[in-house]
Amino acid sequence: MRFLLKSVHLVDPAAGRNGTFDLLVENSRIARIGRDLPAGDAAVVDLPSSFVVTPGLIDIHVHLREPGQEHKETVATGTASAVAGGFTAVACMPNTDPINDNVAVTELIVKRAAEAALARVYPIGAVSLGSKGAQLTEIGDLCKAGCVAITDDGRPVQTALLMRRALEYASMFKIPVIDHCEDPSLKGDGVMHEGPAASMLGLRGIPGVAESVMVERDISMAELTGGHFHVAHMSARQSLRAVRDGKQRGVHVTAEVAPHHFLLTDEAIVERGGYDTNFKMNPPLRSSDDRDAMLDGLRDGSIDVIATDHAPHHADEKALEFDRAPFGIVGLETCVSLCFDRLVHAGHISIVRLIELLAANPARVMNLPGGTLTEGGPADITILAPDAPVTVRASAFKSKGRNTPFDGWTLKGAVAATIVGGRAVYVNEGVLGRKTLTNP
Amino acid sequence: MTTVATSLRTRHLLGIEDLTAPEIDLVLQTASAMKEVGTRPIKKVPTLRGRTIINLFFEPSTRTRMSFELAEKRLSADTLGMTTSGSSVVKGETLADTARTIEAMSPDMIVIRHASSGAPHQLARISRASIINAGDGMHEHPTQGLLDAFTMLERKGRLAGLKVAIVGDLLHSRVFRSNALLLTKMGAEVRACGPATLMPFGMARLGIHTTSSIDEAVAGADVVMMLRVQHERMQGLFLPSMREYFNLFGLTVARLKHAAPDVIVMHPGPMNRGVEIDSEVADGPWSVILDQVANGVAVRMAVLYLLAGGEGGEP
Repeated sequence: MRFLLKSVHLVDPAAGRNGTFDLLVENSRIARIGRDLPAGDAAVVDLPSSFVVTPGLIDIHVHLREPGQEHKETVATGTASAVAGGFTAVACMPNTDPINDNVAVTELIVKRAAEAALARVYPIGAVSLGSKGAQLTEIGDLCKAGCVAITDDGRPVQTALLMRRALEYASMFKIPVIDHCEDPSLKGDGVMHEGPAASMLGLRGIPGVAESVMVERDISMAELTGGHFHVAHMSARQSLRAVRDGKQRGVHVTAEVAPHHFLLTDEAIVERGGYDTNFKMNPPLRSSDDRDAMLDGLRDGSIDVIATDHAPHHADEKALEFDRAPFGIVGLETCVSLCFDRLVHAGHISIVRLIELLAANPARVMNLPGGTLTEGGPADITILAPDAPVTVRASAFKSKGRNTPFDGWTLKGAVAATIVGGRAVYVNEGVLGRKTLTNP
Repeated sequence: MTTVATSLRTRHLLGIEDLTAPEIDLVLQTASAMKEVGTRPIKKVPTLRGRTIINLFFEPSTRTRMSFELAEKRLSADTLGMTTSGSSVVKGETLADTARTIEAMSPDMIVIRHASSGAPHQLARISRASIINAGDGMHEHPTQGLLDAFTMLERKGRLAGLKVAIVGDLLHSRVFRSNALLLTKMGAEVRACGPATLMPFGMARLGIHTTSSIDEAVAGADVVMMLRVQHERMQGLFLPSMREYFNLFGLTVARLKHAAPDVIVMHPGPMNRGVEIDSEVADGPWSVILDQVANGVAVRMAVLYLLAGGEGGEP
């Protein structure tokens, strides 16, 4: 199969490209990137001039729930959700059942991803056996089977010593240690951000420093060991300050933020009639100072990555009382529209910076292939329609999860198509029309 | 005085938060009329005849449950109760399913007490019945706030300008939240006093003065309201001991001397004598603790009557 994306607006920050280019795709690879390329026998694809072609987007923080919690999500439904959200690759968290702390689980995930044949799936292994914090997993083995990082996500890496050893050991394989930073004693049985909103709702609070004390601990361990520490779903302004300080000192620390943490605050839980569990996630929605700090970090470059922390739950589980319902919201299918509308169109960041946050940097942070388009490289491409109107409809999600606080939001900016290995795995017919990009 | 409303805007009573000052006045005035019913030889009026009220108590309660039941019976409603033990809840049924099951029996009102903050709000989204919050987690206990206000009004003749000290475990107290919201709406001056470990965030935003000095809180106060301190707070990191708590925050006759000469002392019960309140104070002339209990029935009758739409004739 050959097709030529003709005179398209290509935004590829890692390659320094932001302009009009032709892209020739042959079979699963990019054959050529240039200007005035001859089409030959390739099908010519013309896109509206407002559209933007980018390297395939990568979400490095996703819960696919398989094995063990298939009622919430499977690798097949999760990757269908990913490609509908413009992501050609996702990295999935190890808090499955059983936990991805051994090769058998990793291999199962890789196999399921190959069967689904939608987005690429990069498993993340556990730091410790059962994520219990006592004994290191066979990290070398996990890497060989396809794991690209380690984390005990869902739980913090329990002790400073375990974090130290994990960073030291993981550095042999050049993979990051990702930490869900949260001091368990400060979190207690909190269910939302500690602040006036929690006081009014009578819900137990989790202070921002519950996160930042562990970010500070882990930065110290990364400084000691020279290892790479990646902060998962950063939410507190104090954590951002620690990351900035660490980066300035030359520590190998990177950080991601989820859309809900730079868009919403804890006041949203009060406003919506109160106690809507689709606003319950961990880390929780924080204060407007924290939200503004996350926007600053996105603007000034101290935040590396936007990742969704896609955490599907069954509707029955989310229908529980606020303090009993599980933490987490889905994110794959709303991320691009939220980012366009609230970051790019709102004037916070440029589209180039957005693609850096969603493609170039995720690949760099996790040492993944992709994140940029190169001749001879895999044809993982996302086509975006920055001006297309979108109304979020949770009931239409490809994900099994309907747990989103953004249901009904009207936004500007849509995914037009997602191409993985030269194959259009998602086409938004409402935006792109029916005929374009049909697979043979 | 503010104008009095003629009806409530909402069909639920989920919290004081949702009530306006004129609505609060309406409830308090209606409660006066209801209180008179309790003084008659036959303490029963036909106001809610044929209405079904379900008392859904997911948490143990003695006085609130009894008070609601009595109020319902005095208004001639058909009532039945469910408590957690012996119900489907212990078999793992969710609140939503329990609510749907009860909904199928077409009750007119549901009175709910639940350990989770916001459970009544979630029930209100599912149910067609009027929902009355009888205490949800650490959030609100609106009928307690109303009966406390009724008691203050009865004794002081006004709420506006009253200096009210509320002392105790403010963080975990739904009684505190409902009282603080109600009293600030009605123009009273609230002084919130408790250990720094049990002080909620953001009180200044509500116009509430906070202090950890009981002497400062009590000085010149017209009302001193003591809150119950749970024994389990003594076992964690909130408080070192009951002894120290009493030394720092216990209400004694000596401390009460600095309050207004006609001060009244309140407690939502059940009391821990010798922990938050000295027996001499609890049983002394200042104490209106039993008035609170008596007024609870009248205030709950008023709430039930008004939420039913004020129909069925005057009591």
